[in-house]
Amino acid sequence: MLSSAQTTPRLLRSPTTTAAAAALKCSSQIITTRKSLISRQTSAVDLAKSFLHRLRRTEPQLNSFLYVPPDEAVLKQAEDLDKKIKNNEELGPLAGVLVGIKDNICTYDMPSTAGSKLLENYRPPYDATAVRKLRACGAIVVGKTNLDEFGMGSTTEASAYQVTANPWDLSRVPGGSSGGSAAAVSARQCMVSLGSDTGGSVRQPASFCGVVGLKPTYGRVSRYGLVSYASSLDVIGCFGSSVADAGILLNSISGHDKNDATSSSREVPDYASQFLEIDDLESKPLKGLRVGVIRETLEDGVDLEVISSVRDAVSHLEELGCLVTEVSLPSFSLGLPAYYILASSESSSNLSRYDGVRYGNQVFGDELNSLYGDSRAQGFGSEVKMRILMGTYALSAGYYDAYYKRAQQVRTIIRNSFKEALDKNDILISPAAPSVAYKIGEKKNDPLAMYAGDIMTVNVNLAGLPALVLPCGFVEGGSKGLPVGIQMIGAAFDEEKLLKIGHIFEQTLQGCSFVPPIVADEWTP
Amino acid sequence: MALTLLRGLKTHSFRLYPSLHFTRKHGVVFFSTKSAQGQTAAQEKQHTRLKVSSKTDSVKFDEISKNYEAVIGIETHVQLSTLTKAFCSCPYTYGAQPNTSACPVCMGLPGALPVLNSKVIEYAVKVGLALNCSLSLSSKFDRKQYFYPDLPKGYQISQFDIPIALGGYLDVDLPVEFGGGHRKFGVTRVHMEEDAGKLLHTGNGNYSQENYDSFPIGIVDLNRAGVPLLEIVSEPDMRTGIEAAEYAAELQRLVRYLGVSNGNMQEGSLRCDVNISIRPIGQLEFGTKVEIKNLNSFSSMSRAIDFEISRQELLYSLGQADEIVQETRLWEEGAQKTVTMRKKEGLADYRYFPEPDLPGVNLSEEYVNEIRDSLPELPEMKRRRYENMGLSMQDVLFLTTDVNVAAFFDATIATGADVKLATNWIMGDIAAYMKNEKLSINDIKLTPQELGELIASIKSGTISGKIGKEILFELMAKGGTVEGLIKEKDLVQIVDPTEIEKIVDKVLANNPKQLEQYRGGKTKLQGFFAGQVMKETKGKANPGLLNKILLDRLNSKS
Repeated sequence: MLSSAQTTPRLLRSPTTTAAAAALKCSSQIITTRKSLISRQTSAVDLAKSFLHRLRRTEPQLNSFLYVPPDEAVLKQAEDLDKKIKNNEELGPLAGVLVGIKDNICTYDMPSTAGSKLLENYRPPYDATAVRKLRACGAIVVGKTNLDEFGMGSTTEASAYQVTANPWDLSRVPGGSSGGSAAAVSARQCMVSLGSDTGGSVRQPASFCGVVGLKPTYGRVSRYGLVSYASSLDVIGCFGSSVADAGILLNSISGHDKNDATSSSREVPDYASQFLEIDDLESKPLKGLRVGVIRETLEDGVDLEVISSVRDAVSHLEELGCLVTEVSLPSFSLGLPAYYILASSESSSNLSRYDGVRYGNQVFGDELNSLYGDSRAQGFGSEVKMRILMGTYALSAGYYDAYYKRAQQVRTIIRNSFKEALDKNDILISPAAPSVAYKIGEKKNDPLAMYAGDIMTVNVNLAGLPALVLPCGFVEGGSKGLPVGIQMIGAAFDEEKLLKIGHIFEQTLQGCSFVPPIVADEWTP
Repeated sequence: MALTLLRGLKTHSFRLYPSLHFTRKHGVVFFSTKSAQGQTAAQEKQHTRLKVSSKTDSVKFDEISKNYEAVIGIETHVQLSTLTKAFCSCPYTYGAQPNTSACPVCMGLPGALPVLNSKVIEYAVKVGLALNCSLSLSSKFDRKQYFYPDLPKGYQISQFDIPIALGGYLDVDLPVEFGGGHRKFGVTRVHMEEDAGKLLHTGNGNYSQENYDSFPIGIVDLNRAGVPLLEIVSEPDMRTGIEAAEYAAELQRLVRYLGVSNGNMQEGSLRCDVNISIRPIGQLEFGTKVEIKNLNSFSSMSRAIDFEISRQELLYSLGQADEIVQETRLWEEGAQKTVTMRKKEGLADYRYFPEPDLPGVNLSEEYVNEIRDSLPELPEMKRRRYENMGLSMQDVLFLTTDVNVAAFFDATIATGADVKLATNWIMGDIAAYMKNEKLSINDIKLTPQELGELIASIKSGTISGKIGKEILFELMAKGGTVEGLIKEKDLVQIVDPTEIEKIVDKVLANNPKQLEQYRGGKTKLQGFFAGQVMKETKGKANPGLLNKILLDRLNSKS
């Protein structure tokens, strides 16, 4: 028996009403928090307590977090903030916002294990740039979220510590690798969270958990302090329960960083402003925007229910005034093999530093090579080992041209075909994943099937483009249905447009509440 | 003085087989200072052992030697003296306490990323241009991957298929003592990379942690990790130990002239690995090459190469050429021989691929031109200029060896001083003083202006050459001006004949007995009178004038 949540989303008929405008602002937890703190409707301490309470209650079932500091540490920061409010001091844009941080992003005051035994108890001496910026904006870090070891996986099953459950159905995976960050936002254990996206690790779990996931353009956010998986593909991304939250979060972490040579020095637009300013919606608020639906993403291999959800969402966009056409990216299917070669190659190199000399359990050997070999054999999980082996093979003399070089050529083709398609369209549309969340263990012994699930997202990393995933509907499953995510892909550094379209789409999508059953009875948006 | 080649008198010999001694020519002694910045010269002990080999054996070996030709190529690592490391903002100070100059980036901590120090590019371009290379306007960094405890990331950031500079050459003038001659040695490539850390072994095989003693690893010091290096690869153009050592010495001069490195071999700022093979004369293919490491001075380079050539020649001549295998050999300074360090098991696969953490390196024409225009006069240009001034090659090599000496010389002649006189002063008394006092030319108090003044004062006759010498030492030790010293010590030469006449008359009057003897035929006493006059004038009388007047007076019948 399906609840009302599974009904086809409907377009809000008259989006110009003031009621709708009020709803717009309330959808953002960050904006609501700020308002209620400044107006003294609530205190930062009370807010933090309510989140910590929910976190403690749900965590035994979810396992989203690898580390949560003692409550006092979080409440102390909230108290300090309340003092500031009392003294009418200036508040940062994220004042009182409770953030979860994926555990492959360095925090100086908490362990940062990247989900690996090799970094068990490792405490970095510094904050990642993104974390430093968040804290400078007044955010409070509530803990470090679970992930597949070093970001390698699509389920969190490859975490060396625990498997995170999907808040919509505890027997299902939350997606990965940023599964902990997605589940935590979905279950309102924190307001927003940071993840990382190398081949879809923000977008696929966002889709599986029914939250908004934003993968910025490569170089938009500094990677300094993000434990490298595949340097040319890695980006730090944002999770929120609304497009506005993801956008405001992005705003605070973007920009050039002198510590990351691949970070862009392009100016950061004020992504936040548009969420505040939309008071009136015209009847066709997205009039004239050209939307290209990628044909290859709605073909064989994609669940029919997912296809139908996405098609409904596309109709919704049309009703909002978009001009929808179908576009073909013939190189789309090449992305998966190219991605797995490049990502594995880079990771085989990036993970060389975990050699047992400085981190993890050192296995003493008769000679140096056995120290390396045994320390790494014991420290890495099987998924990581598999990728290191693949990458080492692909980079070996005699194979380099056939694999790595070839994959780079494919990457160029993919980048060009996206460029071409985005010259003709404002955004491109695809599902975020070919299926909704599947059962824990279902694909554990079938890595190829799991890899195939990345088909929708890897191309975007290869092209370095920004993409926004937001929930657009449900399919049957669990007790209240399972969320489906739609992916909107934009031109490089055009996050603004994605956020604008996503925001309006979200605000006009009626009849969908993306609060999972585990917290539905206590959460009133 | 950075480097002085003295004539090597010694031959060195060693035994491979009891029945046969053989010797190489060209034993060389090098004196090398610690740095161009003027630290005192660390003289290297000469370890040459003299063994008198039987004449017949020597002849036999010379016969063998004649039939083979050595082919030598050199890989040099030059540590750049940038203020901070290549990819982070840590400073590097040689000899600092272990791990006091390291940060998340150079320690390779998870999440840390490299950011290129633009000075590295500038220095690389300088060296590339100075080596007459063509520059790659668009190059990149690559990762060279291997495991070693001193390599914190498990890969070294380097340049692989597109080095920043390619295809140049280095001009070298061989020392006159070794037959002289000009050589042009090809430079294959110059690329940028980062240095690794250092493994610190505790003495006596006791390693700092007991668990480590199953293999020889002590502490890893990461101070040096990430320090920028240029790797300069030569063409296999050298044929003798001397040529190789001179190539390296010229590189040292070049980087010091450019101010991009202190070029100090003892501190490891300049490291040379040598590849040697030999082949029968006339054969086009190269023989099997052997790499030699642990060459800490130009002299050990030259001796190690000569040893290795002899070793290979002997194996060839005994029909044991198959015992020459591709391997890395270590030069043992104590034993004066090379020994096997490791045999290569095929080619190492470093799995190079483009460094994804760093953007490509793009140079604009303007940037390159700007650097080209700012290049100082390089050793080769200086040598040719000095040669054209009429200086001998020996003088030229002496003056150009140390950039500071050359600068001192240039500044001296800029005051108008005579070129040859300036050269003689610098190579003579000044060099001797520096050597005795273990000072560099920048440490002595004498300025080029004052040396010019001194030369001028002697030339004009204001002071005598003898007094000039005295003043020189005062100027070198204490400083001051020639004019001031002359005034202070009242040293102006007496050139007024009437004044000298007066003194001569006085001396003659005071020594009637000697005068009588002189006039009685003991003309040798002229020297006595001259001495007395000099004593009276405190050496200031113009000697020519004095002698003329003295003779006049002595011989005049009064």
